[in-house]
Amino acid sequence: MAEIVIENLRKEFGDFTAVQSSSFRIEDGEFFMLLGPSGCGKTTTLRMIAGLELPTSGEIYIDGEEVANRPASQRDIAFVFQMFALYPHMNVRKNISYPLISQGMKRAQVKARVAEVARILGIEDILDRPVGGLSGGDRQRVALGRAIVREPKAFMMDEPLGALDAEFRERMAEELRALHDRMGATTVYVTHDQLEAMQMGDKIVVMNHGVIEQFGVPQDIYDKPASMFVADFIGSPPMNFLKFPGVLARGDRAVRMHDVELGVPLAEEGFRGDLVFGVRPEHVRFDDAAAYRGRVLATEYLGTTQIVTVDTEGGQLKVRAPSDQRVTVGDQVGLAFDRRTITLFEAASGRALCSELNAGVLGHG
Amino acid sequence: MSAWSITEPTSRQKWIAGILVVLYAVITIIPLIWIVATGFKSPADAISYPPKVLFEPTLEGYVNLFTTRTRQTEEYLAANPPQTWYEEIVRQYDMVIAGPSRYGERFVNSVIIGFGSTFLSVFLGTLAAYAFSRFKVPLSDDLLFFILSTRMMPPIAVAIPIFLMFRTLGLSDTHLGMILLYTAVNISLAVWLLKGFMDEIPREYEEAALIDGYTRFQAFRKVVLPQATTGIVATAIFCLIFSWNEYAFAVLLTSGTAQTAPPFIPTIIGVGGQDWPAVAAGATLFLLPVLVFTVFLRKHLLRGITFGAVRK
Repeated sequence: MAEIVIENLRKEFGDFTAVQSSSFRIEDGEFFMLLGPSGCGKTTTLRMIAGLELPTSGEIYIDGEEVANRPASQRDIAFVFQMFALYPHMNVRKNISYPLISQGMKRAQVKARVAEVARILGIEDILDRPVGGLSGGDRQRVALGRAIVREPKAFMMDEPLGALDAEFRERMAEELRALHDRMGATTVYVTHDQLEAMQMGDKIVVMNHGVIEQFGVPQDIYDKPASMFVADFIGSPPMNFLKFPGVLARGDRAVRMHDVELGVPLAEEGFRGDLVFGVRPEHVRFDDAAAYRGRVLATEYLGTTQIVTVDTEGGQLKVRAPSDQRVTVGDQVGLAFDRRTITLFEAASGRALCSELNAGVLGHG
Repeated sequence: MSAWSITEPTSRQKWIAGILVVLYAVITIIPLIWIVATGFKSPADAISYPPKVLFEPTLEGYVNLFTTRTRQTEEYLAANPPQTWYEEIVRQYDMVIAGPSRYGERFVNSVIIGFGSTFLSVFLGTLAAYAFSRFKVPLSDDLLFFILSTRMMPPIAVAIPIFLMFRTLGLSDTHLGMILLYTAVNISLAVWLLKGFMDEIPREYEEAALIDGYTRFQAFRKVVLPQATTGIVATAIFCLIFSWNEYAFAVLLTSGTAQTAPPFIPTIIGVGGQDWPAVAAGATLFLLPVLVFTVFLRKHLLRGITFGAVRK
């Protein structure tokens, strides 16, 4: 098992820069998520760690060894592909034993290991079937079997649940996480699904346009986004952004937005100009006494909660409210914000302004 | 609502399609039947008019194909009664067998040159197609176009330069020369066909093998090749059919040691009158290897013709 350290990793394809100078550290045994929209460079990063793509510059350390320019076969890692890439001309047993054969392992030993892996994954009964006729879930399990059979230093997974039905995805996600916990192997997992990342990951890197936007534990990424991109990408519905021209001084505990004084976490840096007031839908409350007003545009019933869209001077805003709260379209409502959870952003760059809320987190990015 | 469907043809459409297919099959198969039948006719039956559909089959054509014969004096014939069934056939015309003909050798030449050039084309074509499909080859589009451009004219258009080149290099009338020539003609087809097949094989398979600890070449051999079998077989059939049947270059560049069967078969006509049954017999036997090869591999061939049309 291994610790993986990425330093100033960069990848260019001709004129296009897929990954811009990324650095992060994956601790031994961590379930690590590379999260971002398609084309953000997450898969390229994963492929560079695996050795399927050579970096333009930068270093990759697996267990302290610099491997950036070594072929994949010498890195002792396993890779689970989105389309599984099971060898179509071999049956399940041969697929799983193939990585062991390359090491020249004795036949009896291979057999024992394959049997062990099949037992862990619950695929003993399909070992002699061709891979062509397997269901998506079974293919996924065989692909995992091929990955874990060699007991590699680390696992790379490229959207391994992307090809499965929604219903099955949840179950496989649980199985995957359980498998990881049982083996304690370092896992790097690429996904564009923020729920999957939050649900399974110990740590998340959020990437956009080849740049790492934020790196941290899921709670920090959700509660203390480092940029408007992260705040928008994570969460459903995403964080609300209310744009306003304003002034913030270091040490302030409130801002004036559209002539209303609103509490914010203690500011640790000042700014003057276009600001964005960021608040998660669940941190907004209806309060008739509140000074910040809006008009209800729509309600969306979700079972235990409802999402209420409110039109305000700063733009539209979504509120997650208990579903038993009566809200009628057209109502004028007062909106109260939980001041401890507010993040202020610079409108132009999208960067979060440093405050007592996120001071410890922003340093990472 | 009538039972009208876009995908399911009506029974009348099926009948018309069936009749057309049978008609086409008959038209294409008549020359074949003609050749095979003529091979078993006597020389008189072969040229009789109107043509005989029913006739007494004889192996005369085949005996003549494989032997050279000479006329003998009556004393000799009387002193040496025929020992075998084929000698008896020859005796009808007061002739004796002087020795074997060249047909066997020419046939063997065809096998060596045909299969040799097919193997070489497919071998080189597979490697080239893999490289074009997987690696960033500088100017790969131009190179591919250049390779294909060799097929934009009939190969015989360059017959004279090739003839002179072969004479200078000492390749005229050699097996090696003919194998190289047919390989050069076939390789463009092989590269293009195989590149199509290689492109269809997802890269993930090789990448999985690379990660599983195999080298690039091992991944190619153990993971890519088994999946490209269909394409390789289809390409091999196309290449073999061309080099097996090629006539013009064979006439021009071979005359003795490396002569293939196609230029040899017509020369039979000249030996002892117009011996059509022997010619037909030679053509019939010449059909067999490609027929066998194709029938064995026809499943692959069908997939080869329609490749790329349907995603797996």
